[in-house]
Amino acid sequence: MRDNIPYMELVCPAGTPAALRTAIDAGADTVYCGFRDCTNARNYPGLNFDAKELREGVAYAHAKGSWVLVAINTFPRAGEVSHWHRAIDTAAECGADAVILADIGLLDYAMRTHPNLRRHLSVQAAASNPTSIDFYRETFGISRVVLPRVLAVDEVASLISRMKVEAEVFAFGSLGTMVEGRCYLSSYITGRSPSSDGVCAPAEFVNYREDGAYMESCLGQVVMNRYAKNENAAYPTPCKCRLVTNDNASYLFEEPVGLNAVSILPQLKAAGVTALKIEGRQRSRAYVGQVVTAFRTVLDALARGEPMPDAAGELHRIAEGGRETLSAYKKGWR
Amino acid sequence: MSKLTLGPLFFHWKPEQRRDLYFRIADEAPIDCVYIGEVVCSKREPMYYDDLPEIIERLQASGKQVVLSTLALITSDREMAAIADRCGDEMMIEANDVSAISLLQGRPHITGPFINVFNEPTLDFMVRQGSVRVNLPVELPGTSIKTLAGMSPVETEVLVFGRQPLSVSMRCYHSRAYGLHKDSCQFVCETDPDGLAANQLNGNALLRVNGTQTMSHGYAVLLRELAELQAAGVTHFRLSPQVTDMVRVAEIYRSVLDGDLDAEAAEALLHNATGPVPFVNGFVHGREGMAWADA
Repeated sequence: MRDNIPYMELVCPAGTPAALRTAIDAGADTVYCGFRDCTNARNYPGLNFDAKELREGVAYAHAKGSWVLVAINTFPRAGEVSHWHRAIDTAAECGADAVILADIGLLDYAMRTHPNLRRHLSVQAAASNPTSIDFYRETFGISRVVLPRVLAVDEVASLISRMKVEAEVFAFGSLGTMVEGRCYLSSYITGRSPSSDGVCAPAEFVNYREDGAYMESCLGQVVMNRYAKNENAAYPTPCKCRLVTNDNASYLFEEPVGLNAVSILPQLKAAGVTALKIEGRQRSRAYVGQVVTAFRTVLDALARGEPMPDAAGELHRIAEGGRETLSAYKKGWR
Repeated sequence: MSKLTLGPLFFHWKPEQRRDLYFRIADEAPIDCVYIGEVVCSKREPMYYDDLPEIIERLQASGKQVVLSTLALITSDREMAAIADRCGDEMMIEANDVSAISLLQGRPHITGPFINVFNEPTLDFMVRQGSVRVNLPVELPGTSIKTLAGMSPVETEVLVFGRQPLSVSMRCYHSRAYGLHKDSCQFVCETDPDGLAANQLNGNALLRVNGTQTMSHGYAVLLRELAELQAAGVTHFRLSPQVTDMVRVAEIYRSVLDGDLDAEAAEALLHNATGPVPFVNGFVHGREGMAWADA
């Protein structure tokens, strides 16, 4: 545990070197990023880092007392594992403070090859109970687990009370509804998957068709949603599409909402959460700056024992399309 | 010789329908190994657990290996305790969550398809833990299957028939579709023994919802690919129970595995046996899973 963290560690997305600097300047305790390839779960055009950029990013972060985590959190394809091994080696050489891993083979490799490099268990591993988390700790020496978004707040507390590693939880951003690391909806529809390609519903498969007074958003050949022409169209993610069951069209899995846990930060703190994760490496630098600034303000106020400041309202405004959810943190969500 | 297996029943069937399936499989089907147990939702388990000893006995008496499959998502203490209890039994267990892998460490067990074994080092690790058979995730392309089956020192298994599990969630979409919550679900999933159709807005079929699980609408059908998978070293071929004549399905697959029936003829027979549900095979061809690639 770092001693300069007053309340909970704020872990922020750095999709690009510029976003990394923005996040750190706005008060991120930690940033996370990935390499420009399928070794990370945000493998989108125009994002991510090469080795030189990572080295510079680490220097910038360390000069300000911040940490850099490198997400190498996809599952290596058979026959291509060495590519993922090189990503771990590079993260270590660049001075990253930890790697975020999900694949068991990669955890094993990192532990043996770079024993002094901190290992965090990615949410993609979906470790959802004390036995699993203990297994990853005992076997691969993980220092932290990013909890899957399946637990209510009281369950998060109960789990943390029985585990011997730090807990990081998602606090804000655009997140799916399926258990992480085991969702094949994107590859079912497009052939490209979060698991090994590091993408969900990639933009090159998104298309829009006019249908009379309506606009249809499609992923590949599949209709994801239908809008009136003056309506805002959400990105056609499979777990936030509109489907018909028993003649009734609905957002069967989840409405196009964003996670915003700012209202329950004190409960998460009381539950023993070490770090809060902001999703959004694919978001603009301006978005990252706004969200990190607001969270910094909120966390500093809470650390001083003050009531929830106005910045919380800013986060409500920024949340996806103005619509937000507490997701699984709230029991009735199930 | 290639083995044919019956995977765990994903759907919530009435106890009598479940018994009928397993008794018929025991008495009539050319299947070598049957996986039983609830994989999707722990709330369902008590409703048919009384029948399990008799089902197991009947299957074993017919010479079939019986394997108990665990839940794919384990969050509560009650679920964890039930799994721990079973892992202490004599029965062979299929672990579908890493916690079960941990509990079974050092004793023979089977790695289930919900554990992400995507590559050689992970498969090696599972073998060191005591896995004697590894199920490969349904998303894997044929290139990965061949690499893994080729290097594996233990048995490997691939799903070759049935709706493909595509995701698992904490949220019950079945309840949600019926305006209910998971905690007071009234077991509505029982009304859809073949899953609840979830179609596109244009009416085209897309998915099936089964409680907290989402599945492909189409049946995965790997018949033309069987010979190549056998040659690559895959030892076990899994049929996933659907509302169709599973004995007939097993007979067709057995004939193709034995070289007594060619794959195209088998496909036609299978279509006749299973009705209008489309066939898909995209994943194994490295394409979108919902595709049908004429191999």
